[in-house]
Amino acid sequence: MERRKFIRNSLALLTPTIISGNPIHILQDHPIINPELLASVNNDRALVIIQLSGGNDGLNTVIPISSYSKYYNARANIAIPENKILKLEGYDATGLNPAMTSFQKLFNEGKLNIVQSVGYPQPNYSHFRATDIWMSGSDSNQYINTGWMGRYLDTTYANYPEAYPNDANPDPLAIQIGSITSLTCQGPVVNMGLSISDPSSFYNLIDGTDQAVPNTNGGYELSFVRRIAKQSNKYGVRIKAASDSVTQQVTYPNNSLASQLKIVARLIKGGLQTKVYLVNYGGFDTHAGQTNSTDTTIGVHANLLNAVSESVNAFQNDMKGLEIDDRVIGMTYSEFGRRIKSNASGGTDHGAAAPLFLFGKNVRGGVFGDNPDLPLSATVNDNIPYQNDFRSVYNSILKNWFCVNETNELQIMLKKYPTLPLINASVCGIAMENSVFSGNSMINNYPNPFNAFTRIEFKTNGGPTLLQLLDTTGAVIKVLIDTTYAYAGMNSYTLFGNNLHAGVYYIRVQNGVNQYVKTILKV
Amino acid sequence: MPATPLSSKLGLTPYTGPWNKATAKHLLKRLQFGAKKSDIDDMVSKGMLAAVNELLNPTAPYPAPPLNDYSSATVIDTTVVLGYTWVNNFNTDGTINSYRRLALKKWLVGQMIQQDRSITEKLCLFWANHFSTESDIIAYGNYVFNHHDTIRKNCLGNFKQLIKLITTDAGMLRYLNGYLNTKTAPDENYGRELQELFTLGKNVDVKYTEDDVKAAAKVLTGWRINSTYNVYFEPTVHDTSNKQFSAYYNNKVITGKTLAAGATETDELINMIFERPEVAKFICRKIYQFFVYYYIDDTIENNIIAPLANIFIKNNFEIKPVLDALFKSEHFYDSLYIGCQIKSPIDHVVSCLREFNIVFPNAVTEYADAYYLFNNFLNQMISIGQNPTDPPNVAGWPAYYQTPEYYELWINADTLPKRNKFTDLMVETGYTRNTKKVVINPIEFAKAISATPSDPNILIDDLFTYLISTDQSATFKANLKKQILLSGQVSDYYWTDAWNNYLNNPTTINFNIVNVRLKTLLKYIMNMPDYQLQ
Repeated sequence: MERRKFIRNSLALLTPTIISGNPIHILQDHPIINPELLASVNNDRALVIIQLSGGNDGLNTVIPISSYSKYYNARANIAIPENKILKLEGYDATGLNPAMTSFQKLFNEGKLNIVQSVGYPQPNYSHFRATDIWMSGSDSNQYINTGWMGRYLDTTYANYPEAYPNDANPDPLAIQIGSITSLTCQGPVVNMGLSISDPSSFYNLIDGTDQAVPNTNGGYELSFVRRIAKQSNKYGVRIKAASDSVTQQVTYPNNSLASQLKIVARLIKGGLQTKVYLVNYGGFDTHAGQTNSTDTTIGVHANLLNAVSESVNAFQNDMKGLEIDDRVIGMTYSEFGRRIKSNASGGTDHGAAAPLFLFGKNVRGGVFGDNPDLPLSATVNDNIPYQNDFRSVYNSILKNWFCVNETNELQIMLKKYPTLPLINASVCGIAMENSVFSGNSMINNYPNPFNAFTRIEFKTNGGPTLLQLLDTTGAVIKVLIDTTYAYAGMNSYTLFGNNLHAGVYYIRVQNGVNQYVKTILKV
Repeated sequence: MPATPLSSKLGLTPYTGPWNKATAKHLLKRLQFGAKKSDIDDMVSKGMLAAVNELLNPTAPYPAPPLNDYSSATVIDTTVVLGYTWVNNFNTDGTINSYRRLALKKWLVGQMIQQDRSITEKLCLFWANHFSTESDIIAYGNYVFNHHDTIRKNCLGNFKQLIKLITTDAGMLRYLNGYLNTKTAPDENYGRELQELFTLGKNVDVKYTEDDVKAAAKVLTGWRINSTYNVYFEPTVHDTSNKQFSAYYNNKVITGKTLAAGATETDELINMIFERPEVAKFICRKIYQFFVYYYIDDTIENNIIAPLANIFIKNNFEIKPVLDALFKSEHFYDSLYIGCQIKSPIDHVVSCLREFNIVFPNAVTEYADAYYLFNNFLNQMISIGQNPTDPPNVAGWPAYYQTPEYYELWINADTLPKRNKFTDLMVETGYTRNTKKVVINPIEFAKAISATPSDPNILIDDLFTYLISTDQSATFKANLKKQILLSGQVSDYYWTDAWNNYLNNPTTINFNIVNVRLKTLLKYIMNMPDYQLQ
């Protein structure tokens, strides 16, 4: 028996249940009532989400040049030599792994945004659980069985999948390639994504090739059922036609991520109105031997990063050549970063926050956020605390790329999150705050180190302001302030040391687009 | 893939090859609705001969009859109380009868779901298709029940006896107008179908004539239904002339008889028909096509059908010896025939419920909840093309006779997505009635199906061993494991840890980590085209 060649339309296969009487759904039946919503329904923008499975080592991907010696001390056996780090124009403090020359080029062209230290308050170190958190957009201690993209599509496409496809929406709302476990597109009732059950099956549909079956009557009947399965896929014909209509593409590198992105480019150019494409690239679970033992610029992790960098660059060039680069942005993410300190086997263990990348012509180029504040001598459990909540990245994409309004924003994200300036303001015509503070000007404390108490001073522009205390594993151990200030200005909080063990802690302040983390030391 | 269906040269010689889970599963899936893991394991240990013997010799008590589950403030049955059976009660009210027919369908679905370990339910479906009637045409609920009750009581008995009973069955008399067949205006309906559909078939070697149909119709005149709604023979409307049959029946003359003796002509007619060797062949072909595969060429005809027909005749049309020879034969276990049968809609629904060990409320003591739940599955069967007790016409469901597609007719662009939707629904939500929930429990199922569910390789192997009849490559299984159970990771211990974490600390989150992946895996497997085959 060969692999499946059957492409499944999981949308149409799930239970039709009554969708609760949500006013949004009613509005959608009459989009003219809500022009804002209409705009979001009819825009032709697509998002490509690249999942880097396994937990990417963020510190060897985006390297904090400004604290190079702390970086080196924490992971001498795998640290990238300082003179090999790729420089980023206008951002001297931060550089890229030498395997990522194409990302350097994209960055310097203003088509790449690096969001620093993305994570969430109570990091989970299980691949499964962390993946579910990222896909659902849940809190760490909360179980949500819908995906963030599923909720977005559900608010926008009423009563899906009943009566889909239709004239207005002839294509799958989301196409998922390379993984069949994604919660990302699970809506409240059904999965909103066309799940391509097996990557090879998807390629087979595109190529029109058939797989062998055994030479028995079982094989004879299996071929029959497969044929019907193919015919009954409501979207199969459109997908194949879209794919076939694109004959000229740039050369892509030879790896599975590139193959997936190449198909995505064809489908978008071929006219599919699909909003979301999910692709997956695995192998980032680098517990051992992540670099070559004598040359840390090459090895397993470098190869992975090179594949990501080259594949995305080829995709971006293809987008430009196909003249669809206005319509497409992409995002990478991994379920967690890795530990600050490397282990003795030349690898890194499961960690917490890590950088992620946004790419595309309409992405605001640059580095968002500051380098993580690394400890002087990292211990085995030390993690990078989160600076930017991953849900604020999601929220920014929803609001500034898909132009989701505030009512839907809350329904999709379930809570209010900041909108970060990651996408060109012109896309949705929404004026965006710029980050006005950076570094120590935003938060400071004295004395530091401290024993009995320390006084934390932080700036706010007014509005919702959050002050948290995190431990070295990256977990929030106390929310110090969570309030809304009427005015901009300096505020303070006195943190008493009597309940804290001696050691390193982080304080994090979040106020709109401004999010900063500072290391403090209890003695 | 073979360009055409294939035929095995193997005949009825008893099978002596390997007896394992694959062969035991093949036997169980063909003779029952679905093969439960516990039954497969038990049958493996018993051996082939004992397994077939057990399946052909039911020991379960005869089931309690269907009940009144319909009485309410608006539906008033003046003669049968809610919770009591109506099968011995005649009622002329159309509404009441529609509720009784529906109650019978639900009851029947319940019998199939809660079947004993025997061939009974599958064989009841076989004969109900063979002696096809439509309940809404028979109309009276108790007639419909009696028709299916006759089949149930004789499904493993004597075929000739069964024909005699069906010929004077009230349901059949109504369905094919036998009760209107009188000497002044003979109705040929049953006289024709008795030969064409129930005994001889339409094969080229069957050469009865139109005159034979007319003569048979005359023989059958006089069967009536009286004012107490019982079948009786009315000599005054019986045609007492001599009935001349064609050369095909050796120019037989059935002498017309008066008074009560007129009824004996019916036995004579049946005996005459059963003199033809084509009867045994026709029935054996139908048995073969129902239980093995639809494709019959000269090889199958000579090596299987002819010898089975001989057994049938030699045993005076006892059904069991034919089944015994077939299910113990090397032909039945030839790998050519493993997994080549497309599950019928009834099979698709019932096998899923049974194989996942879904427990239902008691059909007698908790009949209201049970019938309510059975009704959901009845509707699922109907939506994918098979309505129990209501085949489309007297020929039965086309998937059992229509060349060249046969049971491929069950699967099309409408029904296949619905089949998948049904299994998805059973994994996701199932059905609930008064807090009684019937749904697949992925974690309990994993524990039941696998001795080592913490090992993702063993778990996936076990799932395919018990649920799927076609072989899967190691590459495919490894891919499935990585994509689903490991969420893209390469190390098996991530699944093992997640499983053990759940066992040791069954919090909601730990439960969901395991459960969501198992659900995805089960849905995936049941959405594979392979799952439609058995």
